[in-house]
Amino acid sequence: MRHNTYIYIFIMFAVSYALRALPLTLIRRQIRNRTIRSFLYYVPYVTLAVMTFPAIMEAGGTPAAGLAALAVGIVLAWFGAGLFPVAIACSLVVFLMSFL
Amino acid sequence: MYQTKNNRNCFAKGLRDGIPIGLGYLAVSFALGITARKAGLTAFQATLASLLNNASAGEYAGFTVIASQAPYLEMAIITLVVNARYLLMSAALSQRFSPETPFYHRLFVAHFITDEIFGASIMQEGVLNPFYNYGLAASSLSLWALGTCLGVLVGNVLPARLVMALGVLLYGMFIAIIIPPAKKSKVVLGLVIASFVFSYASSVLPVISALSEGNRIILLTVVLSLIAAFFFPIEDQEEHS
Repeated sequence: MRHNTYIYIFIMFAVSYALRALPLTLIRRQIRNRTIRSFLYYVPYVTLAVMTFPAIMEAGGTPAAGLAALAVGIVLAWFGAGLFPVAIACSLVVFLMSFL
Repeated sequence: MYQTKNNRNCFAKGLRDGIPIGLGYLAVSFALGITARKAGLTAFQATLASLLNNASAGEYAGFTVIASQAPYLEMAIITLVVNARYLLMSAALSQRFSPETPFYHRLFVAHFITDEIFGASIMQEGVLNPFYNYGLAASSLSLWALGTCLGVLVGNVLPARLVMALGVLLYGMFIAIIIPPAKKSKVVLGLVIASFVFSYASSVLPVISALSEGNRIILLTVVLSLIAAFFFPIEDQEEHS
């Protein structure tokens, strides 16, 4: 028997929404504890860095293309380029290297 | 009056900042739509799933469950595991709200927590204006839903190298978000380097590489951020810089 696709979709929604909404609605005050505050301050940078590498090597088609995109992105961002230029440059590197 | 104008400005800025995110989403969700069609979803069902979930890895895992017609419980567990990182992001965002912001904004902002929207919104100085997040969501997540729909409908017409290049936009954005603070703070710089090293190591080492990508992200995020929090606790003013 095939399961109902809409029930599957609803379960996905219910679980994802609960994960996103519970901390936001339950933690209403500023957390005083310095370690917890520091932890939450560092979380975004670690998550984004962990998600970027090594995944970019796979996303780039070849590891070399992914590494090149990473290097170009880091250099541009380091010297002050914004979100959009950095993103486009990384994308362009991968596109061009796919012709090599 | 001033508040209304400020909200409108924040929304407009969000709309602008959401465009590169949306372009990346369009490519990734297009690929996701192809997966959805293989799993037997209609364009309507796949678009609905995207509007309700706003999660790449989460939806990909979900479509795999649908394809295999696994029990509903399995859908719940997989979604929980793959999307657990949103729990951390939600906790981090809870600290950015002004006490004056009405409660219902928390309910809406929650639905739009994605890796990218989270990344862009924590970059904002000071307290979080929910309208900035709504602007981001309006220009990016609409393209997320559209891309999923197109992926189901027109499948493999875009050249593969173009889809691949568009997919890298998202990583470029992540880089643009983490590098400026890394330049300013040696701790963040060290943390970013450590994240790259351990993330790579965990993808090749036995045992840990057997974990799903989502679980590895959670594990590394918790461990590395905890270590940093213990050894390099932040000063009060750092949070808003």
